[in-house]
Amino acid sequence: MISDYAWLIPVLPAISAVLTLLFGKKMKGKGAEFGITALALAFVLSVLVAAEVFSANVQAVADLEEYHHSEEGDHAEDEDHAEEGGATDGEHAEDEEHADEAEHTEETSLRQGSPLDGVMVAAAGLEGLNLATEGGEAIEIPEGIHSFVNEGSLSLGQLGGDFELEAGQRIDGLAAMMFLLVTFVSLMVHIYSTGYMKGEPRYTYYFTLLSLFTMSMLIMVIANNMLQLLVGWELVGVCSFLLIGFYWEGRSNQHAAQKAFLTTKFGDVGLMVGVVSLWAQFGTFNIGEMIDMATHAEQAGGAPLETGLLTFGLISLFVGAIGKSAQFPLQTWLPDAMAGPTPVSALIHAATMVTAGIFLVARIYPVYQLSPAALTVIAVIGAITLFSMGFLALVQDDIKRVLAYSTVSQLGYMVAALAFSYTAGIFHLFTHGFFKALLFLASGSVIHAVHSNDMVNMGGLRKYMPATFWTWIIGTLALAAIFPLAGFWSKDEVLAGAFTKMGYTGNLVWILGALGGFVTAFYMARATTMTFFGDYRGKIDDTHPAPHESPRSMKWPLIALSVPALGIGFINLPFDFAHSWGFAAWTMPSLEYFEGHPPHFYWSLAIGSTVLGLAGLAAGYFMYRTYKAPAEDPFNNLGLVTTVLQRKYFLDDLYSGLIMTTIRDRISPAVYWINDNVIDRVVYLAGIGTRSLGRGVYRVVDQKVIDGAVNGAGTGANWSGGLIKFAQSGNVQFYAGAMFIGVFVFAVLFAAAA
Amino acid sequence: MLAVFPLAFAALLFCLGVYGVLARRNAVLVLMSVEMMLAAVTINLVTFGAFGATNGDLILTGQIFALFVLAVGAAEVGIGLAIILLLYRNRASVNIDDADLMRY
Repeated sequence: MISDYAWLIPVLPAISAVLTLLFGKKMKGKGAEFGITALALAFVLSVLVAAEVFSANVQAVADLEEYHHSEEGDHAEDEDHAEEGGATDGEHAEDEEHADEAEHTEETSLRQGSPLDGVMVAAAGLEGLNLATEGGEAIEIPEGIHSFVNEGSLSLGQLGGDFELEAGQRIDGLAAMMFLLVTFVSLMVHIYSTGYMKGEPRYTYYFTLLSLFTMSMLIMVIANNMLQLLVGWELVGVCSFLLIGFYWEGRSNQHAAQKAFLTTKFGDVGLMVGVVSLWAQFGTFNIGEMIDMATHAEQAGGAPLETGLLTFGLISLFVGAIGKSAQFPLQTWLPDAMAGPTPVSALIHAATMVTAGIFLVARIYPVYQLSPAALTVIAVIGAITLFSMGFLALVQDDIKRVLAYSTVSQLGYMVAALAFSYTAGIFHLFTHGFFKALLFLASGSVIHAVHSNDMVNMGGLRKYMPATFWTWIIGTLALAAIFPLAGFWSKDEVLAGAFTKMGYTGNLVWILGALGGFVTAFYMARATTMTFFGDYRGKIDDTHPAPHESPRSMKWPLIALSVPALGIGFINLPFDFAHSWGFAAWTMPSLEYFEGHPPHFYWSLAIGSTVLGLAGLAAGYFMYRTYKAPAEDPFNNLGLVTTVLQRKYFLDDLYSGLIMTTIRDRISPAVYWINDNVIDRVVYLAGIGTRSLGRGVYRVVDQKVIDGAVNGAGTGANWSGGLIKFAQSGNVQFYAGAMFIGVFVFAVLFAAAA
Repeated sequence: MLAVFPLAFAALLFCLGVYGVLARRNAVLVLMSVEMMLAAVTINLVTFGAFGATNGDLILTGQIFALFVLAVGAAEVGIGLAIILLLYRNRASVNIDDADLMRY
């Protein structure tokens, strides 16, 4: 089983990072070859793993359908058939069981050994399952049929009691999909960077970081427990900090890196709280066990779940996702993250970092299903983000910032989609990864040619760089969700998912999503027109040569990425060609959460959003066809609206202006004053008090009482001795008299007593 | 004869001895007074020895003890006089008040 070796996928970039760091400078390619080789191998491995996982999942769905079809016939044969089903499925199950290795404790199915014969599943999300059952009814899933999971772990040692720290892998559809996306995009970014970063002084360092970044993301994706996921998550944060601040000579780049790091770190507080809350609920960090318990909606011992705690934990986790996936209101770091090199932006925005939050929610999707409140929060945050952030792209003249806001907005689509449909959310994540990476790399190609980020200085580049232009157009059309490119299918599924669920959150998401499609198309048309159409607005003279097409190392990744941008949508068509086959089956968390084929599709919605997209493209093109200078930009002349958009809804002002200034200039001094005058004073007074008390004790207790007692004993003895010494007169007759008197007294006493 | 006469006589003699011991300053006289007290005690012993036999049996314990007291008293006088003699030699006086070396 190839998925037993899936752990190699994150290990390869790790090795490459070390090799690049140690030997990179001595190599002919200055270290780039390590990363490219490692990522190419990792990508091949990912494809093999994905093939295995996906085909096993498809088989599981087919088995399930077969089981239910035969069930209609003779009920008595049910059990026999279940065993048969298990046997036919056994091709996979046995293969899986063969793969026991010394260090991998194989757990092919969480369902095996379950005391329940068949798990009755909540109807949510199963309407589409192509079985005889009506929507809304529970579907019985027999033992022996299960989705593909290859879980194994390596103990890193015992921590306090029986708690075991593990590094492990959990390979299922979601992980396999993320491997494909991350390794492919990262490979393209690696190759592209050899051209883009050519001549850079810190070339080798850059490639080290690139490999490290990819490794971090893969560690997170492969994680079989929340702690490992957390480690990967934080590593991603650190690597993004280093890469965003790659040009650290610039003050603003340093600030951008710090902002990205601190803002996501702010969300990470929520993540920590969430992880611990879930642990409190499930008593384990293991993702598989958590999903299993969530499927049965009970805690480890069989006790019912505490909805309040669960909701709190899930929302806290989502706060982490808000930070990392740049959701409203913590999205402010992402546009500033454009300070990094453009290929890094592609990596951050397509495959790693920002998808981490989406991945987190998708990873424990069955747990989220238990809390409608958390799902509502997710839907609302996603809807706000997807709708509001698109507008900000309208006033940006920096080509990368347009794409950045577009990313934020698209992430909003994914987040909102996860509230309604698992498949829609991660399908959009998957397609978006390809075409957004394509767009960023194409913009990098433009920047490479023009030596400027500013679209004001571009224009007419269509003639100078045709390859970049055409790939950019493919990316733009995909992003604008034009039929039949990748974005169309995934975005339509997002909208259809929300539309199916209805309710006020569903309506909110699909209406805002459809309208957001217009905005998306509009700003992409604006950026395209300003960049590629019209006349070139930059200078062309002796010192500024005319723009030219980028070198092959940059051109080919663009072309390679435009293929999935064109066609990856076809893996999840809303038509019933072969109903157990498709993205929903490939990536399902388990059969209980299989959403079925084909995905929802509404002609009205699809046509409506396409019309909106085309209208947006047309409006954008015609409004900016004659663009000459920023002053002519219609969105720069809208008074208050322009101000609001250019100030990014005043969120930055709120954070840095209001919150930060208040804290820095008001609260911090006040707290310092309190520290100085109250706390320190108390401490000081306590010190003085203690010292005087000590002195008092010395003077009174020690000197007077104790020494007094000691001296008093001496003096007393001396004094009493002085008194009674006179008895010792040396006069024998006096002694004899005393003795006589004593005897006499005793005699009288004895006489009286007798 | 009643036992009260010798006993009263012994008590008188003892009191005289006590007085002598406590009041006289001459060491020789003090020693003599001590001897008087011893004699008083001896008389008591003899008296009780003579009157103690209640049922006719003669018990000579008191008399024998009196002989012992006389013997010990003689020895004691010898030592006492020797001490006084040495006192006199050292101090040229037998006044008991002068022998106060053990004073505070």
